[in-house]
Amino acid sequence: MKMKKSALIGFAVAAALGASAVQAADQYIGLPSYRVGPYAAGGTGIFGGMIDYFQLVNERDGGINGVKLTWEECETEYNNARGVECWERMKKGGPTGNTVFHPLSTGITYSVIEKAPADKIPVISLGYGRTDASDGRVFPYVFPLLTNYWSQNTAKIKFIGMKEGGMDKLKGKKIVNIYHDSAYGKETIPVLDAQAKMYGFTVKHVPVAHPGNEQQSQWLQVRQEKPDWVILRGWGVMNPTALKAAAKIGFPREKIVGVWWSGAEEDTIPAGAAAKGYISAGFNVSGTNYPVIKDIQKYVVAKGKTNMEDKSRIGSVYYNRGVVHGIITVEAIRKAQEKYGKGKSITGEQMRWGIENLNIDAAMLKKLGAEGFMPALKMSCANHEGSGLVKFQQWDGKQWKVITDWIESDQKLVRGMIEESAAKYAKEKNITPRDCSKES
Amino acid sequence: MFYREAGQFKASYRQDQQIFPIRQDRIAIALILAFFYLVVPYFASQYWLQGIMIPVLIFSLAAIGLNILTGYAGQLSLGSAAFMAVGAFAAYNFVLRVPGMPILVAFILAGLCAAAVGMVFGLPSLRIKGFYLAVATLAAQFFIVWALTKFPWFSNNSSSGVITAQKVEILGYAFESPEAKYLLTLAVVTVLALLAKNLVRSSIGRSWMAIRDMDVAAEVIGIRPMHTKLMAFAVSSFYCGVAGALYAYTYLGTVEPEGFNLDLSFRILFMVIIGGVGSIMGSFLGAAFIVLLPIFLNVSMHALGSWVPQGISSNLELIVFGGLIIFFLIVEPHGLARLWQIGKEKLRLWPFPH
Repeated sequence: MKMKKSALIGFAVAAALGASAVQAADQYIGLPSYRVGPYAAGGTGIFGGMIDYFQLVNERDGGINGVKLTWEECETEYNNARGVECWERMKKGGPTGNTVFHPLSTGITYSVIEKAPADKIPVISLGYGRTDASDGRVFPYVFPLLTNYWSQNTAKIKFIGMKEGGMDKLKGKKIVNIYHDSAYGKETIPVLDAQAKMYGFTVKHVPVAHPGNEQQSQWLQVRQEKPDWVILRGWGVMNPTALKAAAKIGFPREKIVGVWWSGAEEDTIPAGAAAKGYISAGFNVSGTNYPVIKDIQKYVVAKGKTNMEDKSRIGSVYYNRGVVHGIITVEAIRKAQEKYGKGKSITGEQMRWGIENLNIDAAMLKKLGAEGFMPALKMSCANHEGSGLVKFQQWDGKQWKVITDWIESDQKLVRGMIEESAAKYAKEKNITPRDCSKES
Repeated sequence: MFYREAGQFKASYRQDQQIFPIRQDRIAIALILAFFYLVVPYFASQYWLQGIMIPVLIFSLAAIGLNILTGYAGQLSLGSAAFMAVGAFAAYNFVLRVPGMPILVAFILAGLCAAAVGMVFGLPSLRIKGFYLAVATLAAQFFIVWALTKFPWFSNNSSSGVITAQKVEILGYAFESPEAKYLLTLAVVTVLALLAKNLVRSSIGRSWMAIRDMDVAAEVIGIRPMHTKLMAFAVSSFYCGVAGALYAYTYLGTVEPEGFNLDLSFRILFMVIIGGVGSIMGSFLGAAFIVLLPIFLNVSMHALGSWVPQGISSNLELIVFGGLIIFFLIVEPHGLARLWQIGKEKLRLWPFPH
């Protein structure tokens, strides 16, 4: 009898081991990348950085608690319909389905926002996408992480205030907001208007039609307006064109502040000398002088396993942003494993919990080798943004130089607007917001 | 041997004027419809329904719309995506602002709105032809997208100008599963495609073709050019508008004006050209070709495995896609529908060609 029992236990242990060995196979991540088309520069850099970081985790640490990361790419061409097709194609991939979706396109983010809760796959839109999705009570599956457009914009105004010598000095100043005429470009108009009222400056919004390679009339308008500052909200080819046009009318580039989609090497190098002095916001910095990038060079690049065809782009703004995407994805999976079982593949639903309870503090950043590389991040059920910190960098003609520390955004203003906008969405769609006090 | 009409006599005008005069054709169509209505929803996976079938059906409808205008009435247009946008935004606003608006009525009203806008932009067709008209419709493309972005009323003051389609509910039944959405799309497309097929065989369709072939001669035999051309614009835009509403409601769920850009208009035009100018059947073939081929190439490149780097395979896809378009156009300049036609004629003689 006794023997039978121990044999039974032994069998059960063996079965459990066997089961865990099967489950510890891998963690599947479907990547809707774009490597062709007008935005290929961003796509290859960011997805390249992300994949290199996944590769690093596999090579250096043997995966996350032994769970290897696997990934599959699906070409979207930055096209919404193709993005939806990729979502559908990849959602059942791997042992537990797609873990997380990084659309890397505001348009595709919008197209999958309603699919996310239905298919139980979280969407991370890191530094882009739908701003009011920062209200996690209404959008449980969408994570506009780190810093959304509205927060970033308040940080920009704060930066301009700092340069002017205090927020009270903004009174009577004039700012022109040159924006890409699309959902992405229009997103910050309400917050700029609200801030203009708050600080007493005037703001003029000047749209640039897609793709933005013709901006003569817009900059003519800038010349007429004679603004103190120009905010550039561009994407792709629109950025170097804007800088060249500014040089042509003689507007000082030191007075142009760009969004982070206007602040990569790909935006300034084509503008040549015209870009010198131009300032842009960023939630990650460029350069290879960080332990995490050093590790990638040691474990991935040196072994010839890098995803980048052009190795000189390692350490560029887009590449490093991809690494930030990778770090957040990996840490969220690790967090979810802590709750749902270490060494197991997690599902999208468990991943959602992992992202929502993610807390990357200074000590952890240090451990990851990403101190100063990206801002600290603390998520919660209600707050799906997590950070709201922005750094500013200036192009010195050869590379981006960080010129400020992390600047805090005006969360009081932004949060109010987010909640108002999210509540409107919830009402329109008949969504009852979650009660965050009941979430574990 | 099996596909021939010998022995099938038509004893009445009614029989003579059927859409499909050959019995085998009728059986084939019935089988195809039965397959798509009964078999596909049961056996196709979610991915096939949501990722492939629904977009193909919606783009087929848009291609039918453009085919009516370009293929049958001979008026070149580059504004189809904009008319789709009108349909999508109109349906959204009708459902939003009119309480208790039935969704199908909203689709029809959206189509009518698009038709009205289409007629306005069709006015230049009374004076200009060919490429010059294409440029005038290009204005529609840019103006409509601009207007939808410019005036926040259209998107109910959404800060980013994006609209989110409301729930689709007909007689208390919510169309939420992929199967239900697919069947709804299929039903709308079937009805409208049959309507289009009949329309082009009617006196209206014949007057369109008369205008297309030679408008002066058509005028001489008593066809009113203004009436006919504007009718073509209205009907074409109606189809595009309904396609746009379906695009928002059964496919994407959330749409932005920028999504209906010139690129999409060109894609619809390519569907018509590849499928067959002046053929309803060709619209379906063309839409399937343009939507499915890139996906097929993407999947087959993945099947090649990791020895093709992603950066190269993405570019290869575009190269192969472009190459195949050129190949098909050289082999058969009249499009896939013509290939279909030739196949059918060959089948009639088979197995005794002469």
